[in-house]
Amino acid sequence: MKYMLLMYANESAVPNTPEEQEAVAPPVWFALMKEMKDAGALISNNGLAPTATATTVRVRESKTLITDGPFAETHEQLGGFFLLECKDLDEALRWAEKIPHAKYGSVEVRPLWSEI
Amino acid sequence: MTIESQIEKTFREEHGRVLATLISQLGDFVLAEDALQDALVNALERWKVDGVPRNPGAWLTTVAKRRAIDRLRRSRFEEYSEPIPTSLAQEEPEMDDSLPDDRLKLMFTCCHPALGLEAQVALTLHTLGGLSTQEVARAFLVAEPTMAQRLARARKKIREAGIPYRVPPADLLPERLDALLAVIYLIFNEGYVATSGDSLTRQELCGEAIRLCRILVDFLPQEAEARGLLALLLLHDSRREARLSPTGELVLLEEQDRTLWDFSKIQEGTSILDEAIALHNPGPYQVQAAISALHAEAPTAAATDWNQIDMLYDSLAQMTPSMVVDVNRAVAIGMARGPQEGLKMLLQLEDHADNFYPYHAARADLLRRTNQHEAASDAYERALALCNNRAERAYLQRRLDEILRHKL
Repeated sequence: MKYMLLMYANESAVPNTPEEQEAVAPPVWFALMKEMKDAGALISNNGLAPTATATTVRVRESKTLITDGPFAETHEQLGGFFLLECKDLDEALRWAEKIPHAKYGSVEVRPLWSEI
Repeated sequence: MTIESQIEKTFREEHGRVLATLISQLGDFVLAEDALQDALVNALERWKVDGVPRNPGAWLTTVAKRRAIDRLRRSRFEEYSEPIPTSLAQEEPEMDDSLPDDRLKLMFTCCHPALGLEAQVALTLHTLGGLSTQEVARAFLVAEPTMAQRLARARKKIREAGIPYRVPPADLLPERLDALLAVIYLIFNEGYVATSGDSLTRQELCGEAIRLCRILVDFLPQEAEARGLLALLLLHDSRREARLSPTGELVLLEEQDRTLWDFSKIQEGTSILDEAIALHNPGPYQVQAAISALHAEAPTAAATDWNQIDMLYDSLAQMTPSMVVDVNRAVAIGMARGPQEGLKMLLQLEDHADNFYPYHAARADLLRRTNQHEAASDAYERALALCNNRAERAYLQRRLDEILRHKL
C-alpha cells in the first residue's frame, strides 16, 4: 500500500536542545532516506519552502480569490512529505517514528486515495 | 434452556472465533462481518427447527463463506472490488471440524492504537464478544445509531488505512499487548464500577472481559501480565455480590459480608496469580492481583495482612505512579499502622489531590476513625461534591449523616 507521511512542525521554533539539533542535522535525513531506499519503500520525498512563501487560491462563484499565506494558521505547519510503499499501517508507522519531525513536531500517516 | 437462549449462547461463544477465521480467509473485515450476519440469520431459522448442530462454529463458518461468495458475485461492481479469493472458489466438501483459531489476531486488530480507545472497546465487544450493536450501545449509555456509526467508522479505518490482521512481531508485542490488556481491564471496570445503566448488561461486561482474558492467556501462556490481569479480574469479580447493598449503596471491603464472596473464583484467581508469579516477570496487574488476593484470603478486615498490602502498594507506585495508588496506600498505612499515619501520608498529597474525590473520601474515613468529627464531615462533604457515582455517594452520605447525628 502507498502511504503519504506528512511532516508537521512549528517552523518558527528553532531547535534548541542538542537532541533537537541533532535530530534535524542533514546526516540524519540522508541516513533515513538511504534506509528507506534500501528497504524498497521510498517512492519520493521532498520538503516545502516555509509558509511565508505560501499563497492560497479559492474559486467562489467563478471568482478567483488569491490570498497571502497558508490555508490555515495553525500551531504546526506542513513542512514536507514522504511517499512510501509499505506492507501495512504498522510498517508505515515505523517509518513515521524515524522521521525527525516526530521528535519535535508530528507526522501524519495517510493511505493514498487510490489504495483504498 | 429454551432453544432460543441456547442459540443465543452459542452465537456469543462462537462469534469471535468464526469471525476471526472468516477475516483470515476472506482478507476483508467488512465482508467477513456481513457474511457472518447473514449466516446468523440463517442459523436462527434453521436451528429453531433442527436444533443446534454438533459443531456450530464449523456450521456458521461454512454457511458464512457461501454467503460471502454470494455477496462477492452479486456486488462485483458495487461494494467489493476484489476478486473471489481462491480459498473460497472451490465448494466446501464437508463441515470442517478443526477451525484454525485466529481470535488473537482479531484482538490485536481491534485494539490497534490507530483506533480511538472508545472504538477499540466497542469493536472488541462487538466482534469478539458477539454483543449486538444495541447491547454495546446500552452498556456505554450511547444511542444505538451513535454506536453503529462508531463501529462502522472503525471498520472502515481498519480496511482503508491498512491496519494489519496479525499478531504483532516480537518488537511491537509488549507495547501492543499492554494496550490490549488495558482494553480488557476497561471493559471489566465499565461493568464493575459504573452503577448506572442496565445492571444485566453491566454484569455481562465483566463476564466478557474475563472470557477475553482467558483466551489471551491460552494463546500467550508465557505472558505473566496477561495471567496477572485474569487473576485480578477473577478476584475482583468474586466480591461482586458483596460490594453493593440491597439499596444500591457501595459496601467497602471492611464492611462486606464475606460469606457472599465467590470462593471458587477466589481459588481460581489465586492459583492463576501463582502461575503468573512463577513466570518471573512482575508487572502492575500482578501486584494489584496480589493485593486483591490478600484481601480475599483474610477472614476479617482486621485480620488482613495490611503491612504486606502497604508494601505492595509501594512497589505498584514505583511501577505506575498515580494518585489512586497513593491514596490506596495511605488507606493501607492507616490500617497497618493506625489512622494517624494514614493521615500523615495523605497530607503529602494535599497539594495535588484537591479535586480528586477518593482523596477526600479516604481522608474523611481516617478523620472519622480518629474522632475528628468536624474535619471528617467537611471532608465527606467535599468528597460528595466531587463524586458522581451513585453507589459511592450513597456510602459517603450515610457516613456524613452518622457524624451529623452524632454531633447533635
